[in-house]
Amino acid sequence: MNINQIQDQIIEDFALFGDWMERYEYLIDLGRSLAPFDVAHKTPDFLIEGCQSKVWLYPSLTDGVVTFTAESDALITRGIIALLIRVFSGRTPDEILGADIYFIERIGLRENLSPTRSNGLLAMMKQMRLYALAYKSKREQA
Amino acid sequence: MKLSKNIEEIRSEFPILSIKVYGKPLIYLDNGATTQKPEQVIRVMEELYRTANANVHRGVHRLSDMVSERYEAARETVRAFINAPKREEIIFTAGTTASINAIAFSFGERFVSEGDEILISGMEHHANIVPWQMLCERKSAKLRVIPFSDEGVLDLEAYRSLLTDRTRIVAVTHVSNVLGTVNPVKEIVAEAHRHGIPVLVDGAQGIQHGIVDVTDIGCDFYVFSGHKVYGPNGIGVLYGKENLLNEIPPYQGGGDMVANVTFEKTTYNELPFKFEAGTTNFTGAIGLATALDYLTSLGREAVAAREQDLLRQATEGLLSVSGIRIYGTAPQKVSVISFLPGTIHQYDAGMILDKMGIAVRTGSHCAQPLMERYGISGNIRASIAFYNTEEEIEALVKGIKRVTEMFA
Repeated sequence: MNINQIQDQIIEDFALFGDWMERYEYLIDLGRSLAPFDVAHKTPDFLIEGCQSKVWLYPSLTDGVVTFTAESDALITRGIIALLIRVFSGRTPDEILGADIYFIERIGLRENLSPTRSNGLLAMMKQMRLYALAYKSKREQA
Repeated sequence: MKLSKNIEEIRSEFPILSIKVYGKPLIYLDNGATTQKPEQVIRVMEELYRTANANVHRGVHRLSDMVSERYEAARETVRAFINAPKREEIIFTAGTTASINAIAFSFGERFVSEGDEILISGMEHHANIVPWQMLCERKSAKLRVIPFSDEGVLDLEAYRSLLTDRTRIVAVTHVSNVLGTVNPVKEIVAEAHRHGIPVLVDGAQGIQHGIVDVTDIGCDFYVFSGHKVYGPNGIGVLYGKENLLNEIPPYQGGGDMVANVTFEKTTYNELPFKFEAGTTNFTGAIGLATALDYLTSLGREAVAAREQDLLRQATEGLLSVSGIRIYGTAPQKVSVISFLPGTIHQYDAGMILDKMGIAVRTGSHCAQPLMERYGISGNIRASIAFYNTEEEIEALVKGIKRVTEMFA
């Protein structure tokens, strides 16, 4: 599946929920089931500081594909991280850089990505793209 | 002590209190961040722009005269509200932050030099930390900090020992924006004055909860913001004792603050104009005076008493939720209650409360050193105003119960 197909799938998942409470309960479940984050990477180098919640993001590149793992101190933020990882992880740098992210808005979580929220998520998306860009330029230099 | 109007009538005077968010009635419990405005304030602001807008202290024309008179009347209202001795001691600024920066600069220029000390407390808002740090950096002075207990009470013994012959000024908050603690500012001032040290009191969270009497407190400077006391944004007050204000240099140059300007030398205007460079926010000042008059007409002691009742209800209600921790349990506190439900992150709780229409503050509340003192990254703060209701407090408690169930 490409990035847009995954986004559409997430939108479909969320369409099943009646009200905001169910959506948030699902996000909390996603947050709980987020893949464990290696504590060795829980360092200032990988920290994205938000005023409201903190996010740690660790990238790696294997066979031309970027893998992301991430962590947050807030559960709802973790839930959204799980969604972002589902969309961005396991993609090539070009796919990441070319992606148009529309699912957040469509599932009614836009306020979580507002710059005024300062929860680290917007900065996290930006950082994912920056890592992709760094991998891409490294590859082109090589 | 009873409010001069019943609660339904009061609420109907604040238009925003009847709006809905996400289709639910707004429950506004973020009054520590900013307060809502009564009709009276909204109307006067509109009326000024419609019928009385002209620059103050500038023209000989009727309109300028009229608005200048109202601006000066607003200064008198502020003076009376805080019981300052003279109207020349009331300076209009952009807000608390602007007032503190002004003093940190002007007082610092005149009185602070290398090796001197500035004394603040550990429960200060960033606005009463950073301007002093900047001063210390400029002058190679040192910042000293008064510690406080787990309950949120300042350690006065430590305070006394921190007053040295190098201390140039003490800057403390009247009321902690996180803990709600009402600090014994009168005692703090008396102690500093025994050493001849002036004191600035940050009244951003003090001015709106009852009587503030700067003459009784004895402080040298008292600062606050209009928007936290039911007035407009962008207006604030710097009260300073006349002799000190005369001694320190202005921090901004421009129109109105000068007596005579030549390219060789400029002489400054008298107080308060020396500190009001440029066109001041005269609409804001008149709006602020209207807000203060509104509070006075309600009965300031009655306002404080009602807020204490609501605080008691909120404290008891929240303590009935298992796992709750309240930060700030000083015997003297205002209607500000900071807490965390168990190990639930403040952002998670705030997001869910928001969806219920409940507006609270989450995060570090611009007081990161205080959070560090408690070993937390932030918490949830419900700050209550007299226009809040018992039902709203109940909804907050229910909301927090729901949050703890969701994250259990």
